[in-house]
Amino acid sequence: MSRDRDTAADAASPADAVPARGAAATKASAPSEPPPATSIAPPPATSAACAARLIRITGSLAVARPLREAALYELARVGEQGLLGEVIRLDGDVGTIQVYEDTSGLAAGEPVALTGSALTAALGPGLLGSIVDGVGRPLSRLAQESGDFLRAGLTAPTLDPSASWVFSPGVAPGDLVEGGDVLGEVEERSGFTHRILIPPDVGGRIAEISEGEVSADAVVAVLEDGTPLYLGHAWPVRQPRPVSRRLPSDRPFVTGQRVFDFLFPVAEGGTVAVPGGFGTGKTVIEQTLAKYAAADVVVYVGCGERGNEMAEVLNEFPSLIDPRTGLSIMDRTILVVNTSNMPVAAREASVYLGMTYAEYYRDMGYGVALMADSLSRWAEALRELSSRLQEMPGEEGYPTYLGNRMGAFYERAGRVIAAGRPERTGAVTFIGAISPPGGDFSEPVTQAALRVIGGLWALDAGLAHQRQFPAVDWEVSYSLYMDALAPWFVERCGADWPELRAAVLELLQRDRELRDIAGLVGVEALQDTDRVVLDVAALVRETLLGQSAYDPNDAVSPLEKTKALAALSLSLHRTILRLLEEGAAYEELDIAAARHALFSLRNSGSADVEARALNVERLIAALGTKEPEGEGAEVAALEEAATPESPTPESLAPESLAPESPTPEDGEAEV
Amino acid sequence: MSHHDVHPLPRIYRGVFAAAGPLLYLTGVRRAKLGEWVSVRSVGQTRRGQVIDAGEEVTVIQVLEETLGLRPGETEVVMSGTTARVVVGRELLGRILSGTGAPLDGLPAPVGEDLRPIWGEPLNPARRTRPGDFVETGVSAIDGMNTLVRGQKLPVFSGPGLPGLQLAAEIVEKARAPRGEPFAVIFVGVGITARETQLFLDRFKGSGASEWGVVYLSEARDPTIERLLAPRVALAEAEFLAFDAGMHVLVVIADMTYYCEALREIATAREEIPGRRGYPGYMYTDLAGIFERAGVVQGREGSLTQIPIVTMPDNDITHPIPDLTGYITEGQLVLSGDLHRKGVFPPVDVLPSLSRLMNAGIGPGKTAPEHREWANQLYAVYARGREARMMAAVVGESGLGDPDRRAMDFADRFEREFIGQGRARRDIAATLELGWRLLERLPREDLLRISDATWAVRDTAGGDATVRDATVGDATVRDATGRDGAGRDEAARSAEGTEASP
Ligand SMILES: Nc1ncnc2c1ncn2[C@@H]1O[C@H](COP(=O)(O)OP(=O)(O)OP(=O)(O)O)[C@@H](O)[C@H]1O
Ligand SMILES: [Mg+2]
Repeated sequence: MSRDRDTAADAASPADAVPARGAAATKASAPSEPPPATSIAPPPATSAACAARLIRITGSLAVARPLREAALYELARVGEQGLLGEVIRLDGDVGTIQVYEDTSGLAAGEPVALTGSALTAALGPGLLGSIVDGVGRPLSRLAQESGDFLRAGLTAPTLDPSASWVFSPGVAPGDLVEGGDVLGEVEERSGFTHRILIPPDVGGRIAEISEGEVSADAVVAVLEDGTPLYLGHAWPVRQPRPVSRRLPSDRPFVTGQRVFDFLFPVAEGGTVAVPGGFGTGKTVIEQTLAKYAAADVVVYVGCGERGNEMAEVLNEFPSLIDPRTGLSIMDRTILVVNTSNMPVAAREASVYLGMTYAEYYRDMGYGVALMADSLSRWAEALRELSSRLQEMPGEEGYPTYLGNRMGAFYERAGRVIAAGRPERTGAVTFIGAISPPGGDFSEPVTQAALRVIGGLWALDAGLAHQRQFPAVDWEVSYSLYMDALAPWFVERCGADWPELRAAVLELLQRDRELRDIAGLVGVEALQDTDRVVLDVAALVRETLLGQSAYDPNDAVSPLEKTKALAALSLSLHRTILRLLEEGAAYEELDIAAARHALFSLRNSGSADVEARALNVERLIAALGTKEPEGEGAEVAALEEAATPESPTPESLAPESLAPESPTPEDGEAEV
Repeated sequence: MSHHDVHPLPRIYRGVFAAAGPLLYLTGVRRAKLGEWVSVRSVGQTRRGQVIDAGEEVTVIQVLEETLGLRPGETEVVMSGTTARVVVGRELLGRILSGTGAPLDGLPAPVGEDLRPIWGEPLNPARRTRPGDFVETGVSAIDGMNTLVRGQKLPVFSGPGLPGLQLAAEIVEKARAPRGEPFAVIFVGVGITARETQLFLDRFKGSGASEWGVVYLSEARDPTIERLLAPRVALAEAEFLAFDAGMHVLVVIADMTYYCEALREIATAREEIPGRRGYPGYMYTDLAGIFERAGVVQGREGSLTQIPIVTMPDNDITHPIPDLTGYITEGQLVLSGDLHRKGVFPPVDVLPSLSRLMNAGIGPGKTAPEHREWANQLYAVYARGREARMMAAVVGESGLGDPDRRAMDFADRFEREFIGQGRARRDIAATLELGWRLLERLPREDLLRISDATWAVRDTAGGDATVRDATVGDATVRDATGRDGAGRDEAARSAEGTEASP
């Protein structure tokens, strides 16, 4: 199936240069009204479409005739209720429509109306903080219409048409503008500038431009040829937004998760797949990154997953503060939600909608993180539709074009110079969860992802069962961005960063081998130097790689803390080996205090990192000397560590130790 | 919830030109609706069915009952004009109904308070409240390690011959609704035998459960397709009780494995392309349509909690049925054949078990401030102990290092004493305390997941009380190594006898 020609044609037509409300207006019209497309688009199809009737309904597919005038991927209104659907196959005058809503109750003979436009995303100020379904309907406004349960045939515009914004123009009458140029800006959230972009396919000389408070659907500028420009515009979701140039990825997308930042970093604009069986921690990773990763904007697509997880996001995000902006995390987030019990076809569309939102903010010059949980549900929706179309099934019933579709989707991520002036650099970093059946990565969706991703964070059920979180299998995971990012880490975190990483990986590898041996001969049969490896590696797994998403102090780890934990574990290892060489017996060495101090370092908030790290260092240095043991040793060292510049012991203690320290829900989170 | 077209007129057709398995093909039907409910009269017998393919020329009907003996030429199809709906209401409490809602208890059919579509509409995710109310089941493996909260869907992954249903009965019997709030249990028997059903119901004779419960049965001998309806019919009632009548509803469905087999059987009859191990590709979506009906809704009193039972074929957790279930539910309680053979009841293997909503249900004001750490620590030592046990099986106990040997010893006790509580009910305080006693047999250097502050509280409390809602006043107390040998061991020993009793 090809989708390029028609959507491209759609995109190029001025029909897309509609107000943000435009796409919405389509949806807003009641089914009894004339084909809603007329409000935004030239209606070539409508006359023919009026006569179209359903001839068959099966599952989420509706077949109608005559649809000779339809274009592939054109949006249609199906049945008396006006259910939203997309034309996905045309054969003579018979068209097949994938319906985004529950089709039960539809009957042959009911009318079908074409809208003249493809499925578009309404783009404009007001997206941040919103929660929409897979085709862009805001869920809270649907609730006002239909109550707590979602009925089919509901409509509501994505962007609130009654909102108003203060517009500051960036160009003046007489200026020549082209697609992608910044027309002006509004403050979307306090301190967050939303750049108003000229739609990619529009250009000309500015005739008039307004300033000050404007309503969401007002014309803010007019070109000399009469083309009106609005605060927003619509864009077909299946079509990538054009860019000026793609840039190489040479800076990391800092996640705040040690195992990723340290071992498997992802570049800004990079792509990562997170496959793992059920309960291995995909959603927690996606959500933790959405909360704490260094992104200007986060688009979170809940694709065919749980409703309660969305409730959790809605419950938690508004009260979390992004310290980089002082705003609530929700204010930088757009949620696209199509839970597993919502219609399957809309699940298929949801990831494209999310990607389009991400590209739009990228084009304004922002670093956007796109999360999708889970791409497997998207692929399954594709499979379901494909099988209803009776297409030739490929592996495990997935359509043969699964790989291409996925590849094309991942391609839309990246770091770019946006189209238009002034020059803006933006990025879409894509982290997609994958849910392989039985946790077996040989299945088609994981395999298709592996062909195109730059990073793999593989999750392992065994680790999850042991509550080793994030349950990242470091033997299988990888990052292709390592080399490109090394200079950044060296500059930001010190020249020894690459060595530390290599040393940790080596230690883990050795640990793996030794554990296999120990499984055969017993730990007692190992040499002291090998037992040290086992013990230190266990410490590394717990303190460096392990990170609880629920520990308010440790849910996000600054790079300094990450580095300190790595460096100190390795230093402990070296020190023990040196002492053994000098003749000490491993049994005799008391490393309990140092271990404990490393745990304290892990559990400490970012303000305490330096002092705690110093403390570990001292305890390591004290190993082998005849220092006072245990309790005394650590406390003494800690107090010594507290020089006037560093936090005092009092300030060190409470909030990092008290079990009642603020949880992310009631406190401010630090990124 | 919407109420569709009120009283559409039924229409009668005779145009069945083909029949194959449960499917009837007929022509000449005007405006058949997808999902429309129909009656099929043939040779003096009436069966129910549903439109699954609504075409201009051909309408395909899936018949619910056995089609044996049905003669296409002598068949009349009555189109009801509406999709499937059932009677719901408080009046159903105490009743025993079939998988389609017909009385099985000899009493007249209930009139109810409303008619609801059995394919319920999806709850708007933005209207959900995050579940977070702790449900005390009295079972340590659940309350302590895999806490259940209201509005959760938490299945029991059982195995052939394992007491999954007994555990569910245990939970139903013991899960008290605190503060005397309205509480109802809905039991859905899907494909299980009459004997198993009876076993379950007998547990409630005298406990009053039979009055505040509704039982839906589609037993092994009932038609296959009825099994697909039973959970949905029951959930329509459950949603009514929870979200309209404001009750806390606990739905037990036994056994989802039979449900899935029915789904496969019908997919095969429809000649659909089979997915993994013959189960249809849409099984995930289909199951989600059942499990996602659990929840709590903003501004409404009640809650709908589900405890489905899944018997893992061959005890294989990667089998599509438990696998897809686990991908939808908010955790799972996995039963272990090993523990069962050792006589541990309930034989819950806590390692692969999980409650994803646990964090929202525990902590200060709910269970105890240190509950999370405590559970993490129990998990960590137990996991280590289990690994050590496997290693010991190869190299002998003498090949283990000290910490491993201690962990192994811990694992044995943990299974025997903590998990294996038998039929006794333990409240959460008793569960927490027992966990502490087991942990405190170990030196503190083995217990690094417990924070210093928690130790401090525990120490000041004299080690004999759970740190319930205690606030840590002075957190400067810092215990560096925690290696305090003597006294502790004794406390633990003296605590051994204090196994909490109901
Ligand atoms: N980083 C973490 N810190 C602490 N706990 C975690 C972490 N990651 C996962 N968990 C635990 O594991 C559970 C399961 O995680 P999660 O829901 O993310 O799994 P999943 O991979 O998304 O599963 P599914 O595919 O079924 O959606 C969580 O509820 C939590 O208890
Ligand atoms: Mg998940």
